[in-house]
Amino acid sequence: MNILFDERLDGTLPAIDKDALVTHLTAHLPDMTLLHREEDLRPFECDGLSAYRVLPMLVALPDTLEQVEALLGICHAQGVPVVTRGAGTGLSGGALPLEKGVLLVMSRFSRILDIDPDARTARVQPGVRNLAISEAAAPHGLYYAPDPSSQIACSIGGNVAENAGGVHCLKYGLTVHNVLAVNILTIEGEHITLGSEALDTPGFDLLALFTGSEGMLGVITEITVKLLPKPESAKVLMASFDDVEKAGKAVGDIIAAGIIPGGLEMMDRLAIQAAENFVKAGYPVEAEAILLCELDGVEADVHDDCETVRRVLEAAGATDIRLARDDAERATFWAGRKNAFPAVGRMSPDYYCMDGTIPRRELPRVLKGIADLSATHGLRVANVFHAGDGNMHPLILFDANAPGELALAEEVGGKILELCVEVGGSITGEHGVGREKINQMCAQFSPDEITVFHAVKAAFDPLGLLNPGKNIPTLARCAEFGAMHVHQGQLPHPELPRF
Amino acid sequence: MTHPQDQHPPQDARTLPARDHDASEALLERVRQAAATGTALRVVGSGSKGFYGRPVIGETLSLAEHTGIVNYDPVELVVTVRAGTRLADLQAALAQEGQQLAFEPPHFGENATVGGTVACGLSGPRRPWAGSVRDFVLGTRMITHDGKRLHFGGEVMKNVAGYDLSRLMVGAQGTLGIIDEVSFKVLPRPAASATLRLEMGLGDAMARLAEWGRKPMPITGAAHDGETLHLRLEGGASSVANTQAQLGGEPDDTAFWTQLRELELAFFSRRHDDRPLWRLSLPHRAPPLALDGDTLVDWAGAQRWLRSELPAATIRQHAAQAGGHATLVDRDRAHGVDAPFTPLSVVLDKYHRQLKAKLDPKGIFNPGRLYEGL
Repeated sequence: MNILFDERLDGTLPAIDKDALVTHLTAHLPDMTLLHREEDLRPFECDGLSAYRVLPMLVALPDTLEQVEALLGICHAQGVPVVTRGAGTGLSGGALPLEKGVLLVMSRFSRILDIDPDARTARVQPGVRNLAISEAAAPHGLYYAPDPSSQIACSIGGNVAENAGGVHCLKYGLTVHNVLAVNILTIEGEHITLGSEALDTPGFDLLALFTGSEGMLGVITEITVKLLPKPESAKVLMASFDDVEKAGKAVGDIIAAGIIPGGLEMMDRLAIQAAENFVKAGYPVEAEAILLCELDGVEADVHDDCETVRRVLEAAGATDIRLARDDAERATFWAGRKNAFPAVGRMSPDYYCMDGTIPRRELPRVLKGIADLSATHGLRVANVFHAGDGNMHPLILFDANAPGELALAEEVGGKILELCVEVGGSITGEHGVGREKINQMCAQFSPDEITVFHAVKAAFDPLGLLNPGKNIPTLARCAEFGAMHVHQGQLPHPELPRF
Repeated sequence: MTHPQDQHPPQDARTLPARDHDASEALLERVRQAAATGTALRVVGSGSKGFYGRPVIGETLSLAEHTGIVNYDPVELVVTVRAGTRLADLQAALAQEGQQLAFEPPHFGENATVGGTVACGLSGPRRPWAGSVRDFVLGTRMITHDGKRLHFGGEVMKNVAGYDLSRLMVGAQGTLGIIDEVSFKVLPRPAASATLRLEMGLGDAMARLAEWGRKPMPITGAAHDGETLHLRLEGGASSVANTQAQLGGEPDDTAFWTQLRELELAFFSRRHDDRPLWRLSLPHRAPPLALDGDTLVDWAGAQRWLRSELPAATIRQHAAQAGGHATLVDRDRAHGVDAPFTPLSVVLDKYHRQLKAKLDPKGIFNPGRLYEGL
């Protein structure tokens, strides 16, 4: 099943006269940058999921809220779909454009409006980069906790839209736990503030509902995030294992000892070798798995916890345990993990990153399932795992220029996600559904549950103009997806091309 | 320094495990009947938080028989529990494994249920540091207006598939659907805890809390009663001992936090004071509001309890100007106020109604509990 927007399955989009719309928008918003020539649109044809590209009808780059409001008003009145985009680093195609839609790019809203060290808050525009918030807060000894690996480039607006995570989620939470308030423009052009600097607001928790809603319910125009004091001390232990299962069990043992590490990451042999070849982090290339365990907080507690974790790791059968001697070595240990994706990228022309989550106890079964899929489909898979919170990032290695390999990689990826659902997990922990996992939503949710999602959508966007086709599949798409699965490999209409 | 005992309810906790009884089918049947006849349902657990909201007129649908822990794997830090389970039973089961609900929910009655806790969305003294109820909800099974039992979220720490219906249920007071089952993230109980009294005025206390808040200090409770700053430290044994030595003050009883959480301090007693009790939720650094009455400050300033005879509109206006809102907490329904919660703006009200109309089109779930007509 093609993941590009398919009107047969995803619903019809209104036919828009592009020239008339350009004329109308230019007349009403003469100061707004509006791109409409193919060569200008080309840079916006994909987000971080670059295997899928669609040229948008138009790209709008507003500088002011008045322009956003007016643009939405016109799109609403004329029934034009709107796809909102931040920095375009998302990995699930959440900002994949529509041929029949306007791409609303919020990147010019890049001002930090206020850092309040006493309130421990930052008020920022949506185009501000994730890391820029922590940099601005650093002189006050504060930082913004969620740290997706794209934090140098990704924008906070996109983080809220995707409910982005990072390597410190078990202890510090996802975006939803670290945002105090957002300002929203509805598709009808109304301004709403959800949440507040106070810790709760009257009525429904719409802030939680909007966080992670992938641009389907409104356009985020301003965000207030919570800042945390920087931990006084952080130490990293690296443990090697001769068996992946032992490493998995060690993770549970650390938690069972009453310790919540700041970060707890696992890599398998292929990922270790890739990372070591790339950044020379001093990883043990002969190990079947490594664990990186970061303990942070007040100095005295970190010292005690390091001793506890070391004992736990020894008891769990670690073949080698190393404590980073200083901050430089700690950074080196992390560099291997943080560069795991590009490192794997060097081993293969292309790779496809999955984002399933599982209860940790299911790790051996899921790793075995992934190994079996890898063997039967002839594609290598490297495993990088936010072990503390059960979020797996299997990286499927393939060559997009080899006929059929992308489709094969997609098939393996889809089956990995379905396995995650089967063991009680989810198809996405932090990257979002976007367009990428639209079919697997049908595996995770029943038609009745999907119907409720559509009901929520209709409460905020009755015409379905905001980011149509993302996040929530139509029942028609699920029916076709289900039919494909009923036949177990014997796809209906084998003559049709499948991308 | 003591080990924390304040997770237990104020009344004696039963030691028996929660009774395991799945009443889903009966509940679904009741909802289907109500949907067919358009009958309003008054959804209740034990009724311990019935005061928190507008009175609901409808057939009573009790979740109290829908009990039991469905799944608890301490190593996963996840527990899944039926909505009618007593909160005390859940907490006792977690305590046996050295774990807790970190948001420290108030009970307001020995039979308080898990479902009511989530529906009312109330969190205790640890809230500013640990997070609120919704921060710990990972998933729910809910019964919808058309009598279906659906699953949103799950039993994993991270899950961004679809809209976050589970967290939307928190604080919705059963107006969007019936909470049938909840999965929580649970955390280890802290290794050490200390409660301190520091004699200082409110201004001093707020200034010091602002200063401490910018440092990585193991504070998990901060309340000021007008004369004394009550501080709780929780964390590793070393950091708690070091911080206690650094701050000084007098050691105090951990029971203070339980009494504060359950609104059982003298300040909250109607015998002591029969003026209406208001809960002001404000930015923590908001200066004291110029309102006649007595104030008890919790959450390091973010939650302020006010005893005042002033009109609701005056109190709400001041709270709004400070960036927050005010709720009348009328435990004995002594004041007969029809609108305990701050009214919504016109636009927010519109979207609340549209959401309600989509998820409960016949208006059968707790109609009017939050706002008239919602």
